[in-house]
Amino acid sequence: MPDEVSLPVLSRHGHGRGHEHAHGAEYHHGVPGLSSPLAHDADALISARALELARGGRSILQGIDIDIRAGEIVTVIGPNGAGKTTLVRVLLGLEAPDAGTIVRKEGLAVGYAPQRFEVDRAIPLTVVRFVSMGRRASAEEIARILGHVGAGALAERQLSELSGGELQRVILARALIREPALLVLDEPVRGVDYAGEAELYTLISRLRSENGFGVLLVSHDLHVVMAQSDRVICLNRHVCCSGVPESVAQHPEYERLFGPQAARAFGLYHHQHDHRHDLAGEPHPSRVRDETGPRS
Amino acid sequence: MSEPFLLRALLAGLGLAIVAAPLGCFVVWRRMAYYGETVAQAGLIGVAVGLALSLNLTASVLIVTLAVSGLLVVLSRQQVVPFDTLLGLLAHAALALGVIAASLVRGPQLDLMAFLFGDIFAITYVDLRWITLGGLAALAALAWIWRPLLALSVHEDLAAAEGTSTERTKMVFVLVLALVVAIAIKIVGVLLTIAFLIMPAAAARPLSETPEQMALFAAIFGMLSVAIGLFLSISLDTPGGPSIVLMLAVFFVVSIFPTVLRRGR
Repeated sequence: MPDEVSLPVLSRHGHGRGHEHAHGAEYHHGVPGLSSPLAHDADALISARALELARGGRSILQGIDIDIRAGEIVTVIGPNGAGKTTLVRVLLGLEAPDAGTIVRKEGLAVGYAPQRFEVDRAIPLTVVRFVSMGRRASAEEIARILGHVGAGALAERQLSELSGGELQRVILARALIREPALLVLDEPVRGVDYAGEAELYTLISRLRSENGFGVLLVSHDLHVVMAQSDRVICLNRHVCCSGVPESVAQHPEYERLFGPQAARAFGLYHHQHDHRHDLAGEPHPSRVRDETGPRS
Repeated sequence: MSEPFLLRALLAGLGLAIVAAPLGCFVVWRRMAYYGETVAQAGLIGVAVGLALSLNLTASVLIVTLAVSGLLVVLSRQQVVPFDTLLGLLAHAALALGVIAASLVRGPQLDLMAFLFGDIFAITYVDLRWITLGGLAALAALAWIWRPLLALSVHEDLAAAEGTSTERTKMVFVLVLALVVAIAIKIVGVLLTIAFLIMPAAAARPLSETPEQMALFAAIFGMLSVAIGLFLSISLDTPGGPSIVLMLAVFFVVSIFPTVLRRGR
């Protein structure tokens, strides 16, 4: 049933606020006077309309509309090369689009976990020091945040000594110490096993409920999309389809893009994690933990 | 310390070591050794210009290093030639131009060695004033940009997304680098200036747990090298600047050795 899916993403939210942008600065790119057909969502933390971007003659983003509101988890999925990371970079202001407009809420505190993070061994840096780069915070606050992400035991370790999974947690801690209104996570589960992934999603979902921040989550992992996502946006340079997780999974555009197996595997996260696999792949029954603690 | 020239040499060297330590750490962290080398070698053009126009040499060198530093920032954005290739090209073109210009200005009897390797025993009180004022300005500027510069050295996109003004911070940094290079040339010459920046920092790395510790250890290594290097230079009648740099190399080898041994096992 295609009308379960709203296309384009936010047509149902274009409720006549016109071009009032009382909350924030507006960044106009492209030809003045040729404004986007849709008004920006004035309530959104970040709202973008008609984003266009091409690099080296190749179009990467085509007519992207996206809004993220407070307390909302928006997941962007798409195959490699779909422009997911580019979209994130444009929304964060790290890259300027060729055309389109972006409105950010004034004074928006962003917590960002980038996809690629290569630790530079030349810089001596403890985990605590790295986290404090997000915001000058007391030692207790940093310890508490590190505990939240299950990295409490890593506090005094050098960043260069961490494993991929540990580093992911520490980067998440730096994003969270900022007390963000918007959390942007670009493939946060890279190099994390499935149990770790489930833990991470549970954590993000819980923190979202506690703190009410908006979350923009990017994933190329089609098999496990956060069930708590309020909206899934399926991106392949343009927005193929979007909606609640289940509706996107059944959307013909989604199936065309990722194949029928992917459609069946989609969204399994919320009912499959009643067991863990050990290193040999043998399943072991386990509780799904709703609290993450330090892992040995 | 009966000789005033020796005291001046020591004060100049120690002052430079203190300023070079935190700056050198950033040169190492930001992988700008070759960038600094290019700016330093271009300093010789400033020497030639100063000699030709009878200007204060530190001032004329500073103008050239600032100009070259700004030019390199612009050139680093082009993508036709790899940036390190471009730096290698410009460094040596600038050195060649500087040597030729200096020779034309002063003729073949010019003591080129003093400009290539520095003449720390010829430091005057006027030079010391430059070193003190320039050094303090450089330290103040570094303290001002320390936090954002460190953040963007660790991960530039992350720092930018968190609201760090990356372009302004980087611009201040390259200006400070140009300033310190201009001060250092009189002491250690255009060819050894970068060594004076990166060697203490490199020696400090294995011993450090935090960025500030690394800057502190770098300052200690730098000052020890100045003191011991000058002592050796006087005792053995060796050139001052090269003696200091050789001591820095000794500290680096001693410092890095245990780490290499541990890795090798």
